[in-house]
Amino acid sequence: MTDKKQIKLTVNGVAYQREVETRWTLADFLRIDLGLTGTHLGCEHGVCGACTILLNGHTARSCLLLAVQADGQSVATVEGLADDDADLHPLQQAFIDHHGLQCGFCTPGILMTLVEYMADTPEPDEAAIRDVLSGHLCRCTGYQGIVAAAMAAATELKRIAAHDG
Amino acid sequence: MMDSVPRIEDPALLRGQGRFLDDIQLPDMLHVAFVRSPHAHAVIRGIDKQAALEVPGVHTVLTLADLSEVLTGERLPLGFGKAAGLPADITPFVLCKDEVCFVGEAVAAVLADDRYIAEDGAGLVVVDYDPLPAAVDCRDAMADDAPVARQANTTNLLATFDVGYGDCSDAFHRADHVIAVALKHHRGGAHPIEGRGAVAQPSPIEDRLTLWTSTQMAHEVRALVVKMLGCDEAQLRVVAPDVGGGFGAKFLTYPEEIVVAAAARMLARPVKWVEDRREHFLSAIQNRDQYWNLEIAVDHRARILGVRGEMIHDQGAYTPQGLNLPQNSALSVTGPYVVPSYQLNVSVVETNKVYTIPVRGAGYPEAAFAMERLLDKVARELGLDRAEVRRRNLITADQMPYELHLKARSGSPMLYDSGDFLECQAQALAAADYDSFPTRQDAARADGRYIGIGIANGVKGTGRGPFESAIVRIGRSGQVFVHTAAMPMGQGIATALAQICGESLGIDAAAVRVIAGDTDAISMGLGGFASRQTVTAGSAVHLAAEAVRDQAIDIAAMLLKTTPDTIVLKDGRAWDRDRPEQTLTLGELAEAVAGVPGYSLISHTTTSDAKPGLEATRIFMPESLAYCNGCHVAEVAVDIDTGAVTLLRYVVVNDSGRLINPMIANGQLQGGVVHGIGNALFEKMAFDKNGQPVTTTFAEYLLPTATEVIDCEIINMQSPSTLNPLGVKGIGEAGCVPAAAAIASAVEDALTPFAVRIDEIPITPERLVEHIHTQSSTSR
Ligand code: FES
Ligand code: FES
Repeated sequence: MTDKKQIKLTVNGVAYQREVETRWTLADFLRIDLGLTGTHLGCEHGVCGACTILLNGHTARSCLLLAVQADGQSVATVEGLADDDADLHPLQQAFIDHHGLQCGFCTPGILMTLVEYMADTPEPDEAAIRDVLSGHLCRCTGYQGIVAAAMAAATELKRIAAHDG
Repeated sequence: MMDSVPRIEDPALLRGQGRFLDDIQLPDMLHVAFVRSPHAHAVIRGIDKQAALEVPGVHTVLTLADLSEVLTGERLPLGFGKAAGLPADITPFVLCKDEVCFVGEAVAAVLADDRYIAEDGAGLVVVDYDPLPAAVDCRDAMADDAPVARQANTTNLLATFDVGYGDCSDAFHRADHVIAVALKHHRGGAHPIEGRGAVAQPSPIEDRLTLWTSTQMAHEVRALVVKMLGCDEAQLRVVAPDVGGGFGAKFLTYPEEIVVAAAARMLARPVKWVEDRREHFLSAIQNRDQYWNLEIAVDHRARILGVRGEMIHDQGAYTPQGLNLPQNSALSVTGPYVVPSYQLNVSVVETNKVYTIPVRGAGYPEAAFAMERLLDKVARELGLDRAEVRRRNLITADQMPYELHLKARSGSPMLYDSGDFLECQAQALAAADYDSFPTRQDAARADGRYIGIGIANGVKGTGRGPFESAIVRIGRSGQVFVHTAAMPMGQGIATALAQICGESLGIDAAAVRVIAGDTDAISMGLGGFASRQTVTAGSAVHLAAEAVRDQAIDIAAMLLKTTPDTIVLKDGRAWDRDRPEQTLTLGELAEAVAGVPGYSLISHTTTSDAKPGLEATRIFMPESLAYCNGCHVAEVAVDIDTGAVTLLRYVVVNDSGRLINPMIANGQLQGGVVHGIGNALFEKMAFDKNGQPVTTTFAEYLLPTATEVIDCEIINMQSPSTLNPLGVKGIGEAGCVPAAAAIASAVEDALTPFAVRIDEIPITPERLVEHIHTQSSTSR
């Protein structure tokens, strides 16, 4: 009764070809088939945002997508954020500096949302950041550290962009 | 030394390299989906597994009868084993036997190759139920003719008890004013973003089972599972991997954990269960409802003479862990105030809902809400300022240490060892510009906006005993280890313990490896609850690290042929202060006392009083709870058309004694306050009249999000506790204790023109609009 299908996709720049069950979610595929367990499941009904990934550069809830829907697409997850083992992405560093995480379970999804947002909005204000974060639930932090980290990261990313430009 | 150093937990978590329970994948593993009761109360006539067993990939379906061959009992032992006076047979079953007593109670377990198939199977198990009437509202359930929550009961009244001291009748007799409130306090579930889950793996080599579980108490889980499986402690290792928040939900051994362990043992295969959010709504503990009827006696100057009344607590269908939640509430009503006499009668009532144990705050927020609502009403009726009424009644600094006339459930007297409650309130009022608020309020009203300010004080008993233990050890590799039964679940306790250890040994926190949540790493301990870990485990680590420091200095002195007083530990080395070129690394010191077969311990020295190894185990036993205190001031705006409450400012002055890492401490406060905001304004676990839960997604049960909350302005007072060597008091729950009371006070203040009274939380927009309309129409 299981129905399987071949899919091809890239995840964090690496190409994969796999046979998947058509009813499997993208989240389960990433976590179980590919072992990329940084993407978390907090509700499995599309509200908490913990499972957020980037699909072709845009945020999507991987608990609400089927793996087959990612066929031919490019996926980015938290594991791909840092360039290498030594360096963290400026956003990750800002989360350390500003206490943007406690248990860290909600964090990967929040990072992915902020990465997308900051690419589009180099000079966000606090209200805008809170607005974009409102699609994520965090039970630990009360959001204060997350907002502070996001603001600091925006400044840092802008500085880097100016430097590179 | 103690400072806001970066957390050692962060880098792995930020890279997606945390190891949470659901990240554990083992070969040959079976996945569990539970068949759960759709009824609040029913008799089970039969269970038909056949259709489920026919699904390809379904391995087996287990009921209580099937598991009985590997279990020593049908129901869980009462957690912590001590709850005198309770009837027998009040704990949950491992799986339902012949009766279901709440929606979501687990009836059978389907084990399959993956969770999808297990859920297919669970949908096909046919359970023949005969529905029974349900006890839903705990007040109605007290009536003589109410349906019983469990058929074995003759009454739903599980327990009644009285708490109090002093002569209340005299106080109320002498009072110039007696003022009463009737309150409903609702708190929903704990809702860590990572739900519960467990993986059990039988060793193919040894007679041993490893149980990974997302828990706040690895050692207690081991004790209960050992009891249920009839094995010994060497046959069971319990490990908590990274835990994605607890807040009380994981401070219990659940039936599901027993099923996972028992099934793995029975089938000799790894077994995994990870709940989804709906299961958390249905079957993880909640905190839920308390109904309070309280009255206060005051003199003409609003000085409290006595408080008395009654409280009804909705216990749910079972009692897994005694009555600590209603007990805490009853014991903490008087809070930071001088209350010469107090009497509270508590009724604990069983209902057909999932059982309750404490959620973050553990009964204190309810009590603070009750007391603070009373004081607001005193202020209103006597025409006094709310802060002034509190000022007249707060315990003063020169009354410290202040002994309450109550005993904690351990039997030890309740004592506030330190703190300056008046100063705390004064600082909060100043920071919030309380005195100028009436001007701002008038201006806003002239503008058609309704703003209000609210104030609330709270204390929280922290650092609960009886003990916590720690091992500090330096390996021959030079690595420094802390082993602890304290349980990290997001609070940053590993960093705090590493800092405490590092301070003694002269190394950075980042150089310390903290091994926690593993019953193999340390023999005993209690885990994470009651804001206790910095106090108890922190003190144990401090004592052990100090002992290891002394050992290291002695050995260094022997090896460097000098006296201990010239040795300093710094940057991972022992230095001879007088000859800075003479140093030894911690690894070299450990190596020197590792022993060589046949030789004396430090062969090239003449002294022989060196001891093997660089390691110490210490246990810290607090004499009593270390109470932290805080004053919160909230400023809100209420939209009188929609009932929406907007937070404008939130000031916290908190005193949790000496802070090990202020950054982490402030994060705990902010998180706690937002939990309180959720309770005040959003979180409502609703049931219909048949006991059917109607809020089982995050779209129906609302947690606060980033747009509803604001940054707290936090001021830390740091009155050192006299009860532990670090001078610390807990902080994890501090933020949520007065929060709902402060917000209720602010909302009421904003709506003064409508005479709206807040006697229930959460304060929902619907109810506010209703209140505003009723009051506007009656006043016209
Ligand atoms: S797990 Fe996908 S939104 Fe919660
Ligand atoms: S850090 Fe724990 S849920 Fe956000």
